[in-house]
Amino acid sequence: MPRVSVSLEVNGTHYDREVEARLLLVHFLRDELGLTGTHVGCDTSNCGACTCHLDGEAVKSCTVLTVQADGGEVTTIEGMGSEADLHPLQEAFWEHHGLQCGYCTPGMIMASADLLARNPDPSEEDVREALAGNLCRCTGYHNIVKAVLAAAQAGVPS
Amino acid sequence: MITAEFDYLAPDSLDEALQALAAGGEDAKALAGGHSLLPLMKLRLAAPTLLVDLRRVPGLRGVSRAGAEGTGDGSGTIRIGAMTTHHEVSAAGLGLASAAAGTIADQQVRNRGTLGGTVAHGDPASDMPGVLMALEGTITATAPGGASREIPATAFFQDYLETALEAHELITEIRVPATDGWGYGYEKFNRRQEDWAMVAVSALVKAEGGVCSDVRVGLTHMASTPLRATAVEDALRGQPLTAESIAAAAEHAADATNPPADLNASQEYKRHLARVLTRRALAQAMQAG
Amino acid sequence: MTTFVGQRLKRKEDPRLITGRGSYVDDITPAGTLWCAFVRSPEAHAKIVSIDTSLAESRDEVIAVFTGEDMQALGILDALPMAWVPPDVEVRNAPHWPLARGEVNHVGDPVAVIIGEGRYAMQDAAEDVFVEYEPLDVVTDIEAALQEGSPLVHSDLGTNTVHEWSLGGGDIEAALAEADVVVERRVVNHRISGAPIEPRGVVAEPRGTGLTLTSATQVPHFVRLFLALLLGESEEKVRVIAPEVGGGFGAKLQVCGEEILLAAAARKLGRPLKWIETRSEHMMVTHHGRDQIAYVKMGAKRDGTLTGIHSRIFADLGAYLMLLTPSIPSLGAFVMSGCYRFGAVQTDITGVYTNKCPTDAIRGAGRPEATHMIEVCMDQLAHELGMDPLELRRKNFFTEFPAETALGIVYDSGDYHGSLDRLLEHFDRDAFEAERSQAAANGKLLGCGFSTYTEICGLAPSRVTGPQGFGLQTGLWESAMVRVHFTGAVTAYTGTSPHGQGQETTFAQVIADRLGVDPANVEIMHGDTGTGPHGLGTYGSRATAVGGEAIVRATNKVVEKAKKIVAHALEAAPEDIEVADGRFSVKGSPEKGMTLAEVAGAAFIPDADWPADMEPGLEETAFYDPENFVFPFGAHVAIVEVDPETGNVDVKRYVAVDDCGPAINPNLIDGQIHGGIAHSIGQALYERIHYDEAGQLVTGTFVDYCLPSAADLPSFQTDRTETPSPVNQLGVKGIGEAGTIAATAAVTNAVIDALRPTGITYLNMPLTPNRIWEAIQGAGTETGGPS
Repeated sequence: MPRVSVSLEVNGTHYDREVEARLLLVHFLRDELGLTGTHVGCDTSNCGACTCHLDGEAVKSCTVLTVQADGGEVTTIEGMGSEADLHPLQEAFWEHHGLQCGYCTPGMIMASADLLARNPDPSEEDVREALAGNLCRCTGYHNIVKAVLAAAQAGVPS
Repeated sequence: MITAEFDYLAPDSLDEALQALAAGGEDAKALAGGHSLLPLMKLRLAAPTLLVDLRRVPGLRGVSRAGAEGTGDGSGTIRIGAMTTHHEVSAAGLGLASAAAGTIADQQVRNRGTLGGTVAHGDPASDMPGVLMALEGTITATAPGGASREIPATAFFQDYLETALEAHELITEIRVPATDGWGYGYEKFNRRQEDWAMVAVSALVKAEGGVCSDVRVGLTHMASTPLRATAVEDALRGQPLTAESIAAAAEHAADATNPPADLNASQEYKRHLARVLTRRALAQAMQAG
Repeated sequence: MTTFVGQRLKRKEDPRLITGRGSYVDDITPAGTLWCAFVRSPEAHAKIVSIDTSLAESRDEVIAVFTGEDMQALGILDALPMAWVPPDVEVRNAPHWPLARGEVNHVGDPVAVIIGEGRYAMQDAAEDVFVEYEPLDVVTDIEAALQEGSPLVHSDLGTNTVHEWSLGGGDIEAALAEADVVVERRVVNHRISGAPIEPRGVVAEPRGTGLTLTSATQVPHFVRLFLALLLGESEEKVRVIAPEVGGGFGAKLQVCGEEILLAAAARKLGRPLKWIETRSEHMMVTHHGRDQIAYVKMGAKRDGTLTGIHSRIFADLGAYLMLLTPSIPSLGAFVMSGCYRFGAVQTDITGVYTNKCPTDAIRGAGRPEATHMIEVCMDQLAHELGMDPLELRRKNFFTEFPAETALGIVYDSGDYHGSLDRLLEHFDRDAFEAERSQAAANGKLLGCGFSTYTEICGLAPSRVTGPQGFGLQTGLWESAMVRVHFTGAVTAYTGTSPHGQGQETTFAQVIADRLGVDPANVEIMHGDTGTGPHGLGTYGSRATAVGGEAIVRATNKVVEKAKKIVAHALEAAPEDIEVADGRFSVKGSPEKGMTLAEVAGAAFIPDADWPADMEPGLEETAFYDPENFVFPFGAHVAIVEVDPETGNVDVKRYVAVDDCGPAINPNLIDGQIHGGIAHSIGQALYERIHYDEAGQLVTGTFVDYCLPSAADLPSFQTDRTETPSPVNQLGVKGIGEAGTIAATAAVTNAVIDALRPTGITYLNMPLTPNRIWEAIQGAGTETGGPS
């Protein structure tokens, strides 16, 4: 099977690996690095559960080849904050009950972080528009939107 | 789901990329953002044996303006590198093209998907081909050895997922005329915000003294290729710009169309949508102009 | 006593989930795991002529390939379970094996499983299996399937009719005859997918002489039972773990072929096996929901007094009967009286086989269909009577509780006027009419639609639902075990299996109040058959109403024992001990008391004069079988804007007032309601599983199956009334399905209300732009557009 060398940074740690050319970034993160917080929910780039950041922008890691991230910097939910030191978005999702089963949550947080980096003071409509590529079945989005607006109010460091 | 196996190259120059594509033949594919190609490959509806990734090829990304900038006569040309992402196009202040690019799929897709990629894919449901029809944009295709040709959008999109691009060519740039002095409108109808257009309409209107001196209308997903609604344009050009004249012209929006029906929209419904959206897009363009 | 119950506590579940440290099934890969991929039928109905696995088997990575011929070799003793045997009703059940044997009956029916090294390689290998099919005639339309001469899904049954089942009370013929007005409507409730964002997945791991199966399931104990039965294993050797589960919505209330097959193959190969469902597989093979056509007659006297409701339901059950498939439409029959005093209520159900994926429980399971029929027909009837739809409702509300319906079902408690009154505090009908006029001037049609519902949940009193009653081959009680540790920390085990509902938090709140401790020190364990007693799982809005009461009862037993220990230590009478301010203290002498930690210390280190009849330790178990169901209720209103030019519907506003008894944690109730409403707005406006006439699935991915996103939905306005249930000590009723049960009717009524100026009087879901536009084109014709 065709293999390629990749060299990239994930959550601040540098990795040099040889991977299958077709290895999706999401499977590299999950299966090679054990960063299982990034999830897979569909086959077609619709659900956004796999959202992480590549070079500071939110991407759907099920639609990015690992090798496309060569030389890049990846941030996953694990790189956002820990239980002891939560990112303001994580804190807001907790405070406002922005999650139930938690499966879409990492993707929601990563997509929201991209929005807030570009637009620190979004309207409800801005938030809803920015999350158009992230599906949730539990929350009806109500509390997710509330959480993102609250995080924006609280001020998210970029 | 995952793709079938393929060989992968990420050349450092345009020429190497072109050579690699030529060597790979029919089963080689260029990879830009991958947001049209990779989903198809994951569903195994496409299985190229070689991907030539353009991410290292210099000079393919960015927006620049050449020609009579700032003269306000609209004679300048906007040059958009093929690897420019939808997000970058949407943020570039390009009027119609930016407005339309900002509606593509969702934030994450716009961060990765590229203008060159979506144009090369030639899906009649995607936004930018119809926009390029309205803008009378051109697609610059470069062949091994560096020879390039500029193909008008009207000649580029040939059938469903079929374009004038030769297997050994790459899109390197998209050029659109500056539209200073034109009003624009973009109307897209879909079921969910992240969906492809059921129908979309791009409209450009130039007004002089309340009269439509020129107009261009592009239609998305009304045939196996994007279309120009020339009957609408002919009906409006030279007319006073009023709600009535726009409505009358928009009635021609579905002339000579053959929209593909699907679960969400019958042909008849799509023709109706084309008329409604054309009227709305023209009205927007009139307001903006 | 109460300090934590009723508070909006942040969830104990969340820190691990918001940091990406939850452990879902795909996050678990034991050393040496082999991957599985399924070869699935592209045909809707065909004989399997041959299966050539040789090319796949020639791949180095492939360890084994199994087909339907290998069931015996794998030690799979029987077909997949179907747990409903209604007394005196014949249910024609075609055998359903984990892999198809001889014939495939719907697209996606599994034909072979490939097992070997590597997630990606197995998907490649599955492409190397060549199956020769001989296509058979296909039937996908439920009414066509019942026609003489229709293709038969299972030819040996000689019919596509699965079963006929009825439930009635009162003389329906007489009731409709005495009505001045009878509305008759064909109500279509189309097929939807549960679509949790986490698809299903299984890890099967042989361990010594036993087997551990980790599965994204709502019912680990059921899965263990059937693994033992189908594989001939002794039950104690089988352990099933539901890890973090990424949503269920009924889709994971199932005993799946993949679970049985992976367990059997893991046992045979002596290796851990893993299969993770793709979204495409999920849409194709994880059971769907709804898919009923009902002919409803609802009658009333001229003054609005309801006389009777009759629904004749044809239920599309798909190609096989899964765990509860044929019973699902019947669940709605129990609440076909809605909130209203009907003199007679009759439901007649015909279950039908088609060449489609089986249907089974999806959020609401039969009750959304029933409520949709009732509430849509209430509006239709009101219109025919020339009455205000709310006046018609109010005139017929049950007002005395317990309330017995014509069916003999007893609603435990209710205050239907109260919830509707509260709703109207949030929604000003006069102001809305002004808005409507204003919108009309701008070419937009506004509409508002109500749904005042009650539902039956808290599954379930076993005597009612069990073998001699409704016919489910199980009890539906629940268990709890509360263990106080040496230090006074508490671990409790529940037989429910929460997957987003938040019982790690709410049960901790319940226990904390009763034991005088902080919920932070109460850990709720669930979803592991290897720990705690047998349990029945999470579905049917039962976890809190049934599982919560079991928790209360086990905790009360701990309290009783703790009181004895305190009484012993403080030389007081047990009946004089109370729990107050975090201490077990002597009534009237609050300075005399012990904390739970001190009580536990005493229980773990019995003193010299410890009574002979008192066991050491502090741990109790309770099993709770409810005496009745619980009947949550509420009033919802949807406000929609229809663009008459495009047929597009925009939900502008949605207000819901629900009553599930006293809140344990209001945040979580709101969350359940939000999700339920979104699910049903999804069904009403966006989502639809669609097969073409050849039985091909047209909506096989999230590209075509339109699950709405945040950008497609509004924020919701929620409020509650609190009418306690007398059925359990918490007074609570289930709330997980209420939003889903109420909302399709509210949205549908709102859209019809908006469209009335165009001449449209009735429309079925899904209310897609195309359908609405077509209806407007056809309005004024006899049918008022397509139905």
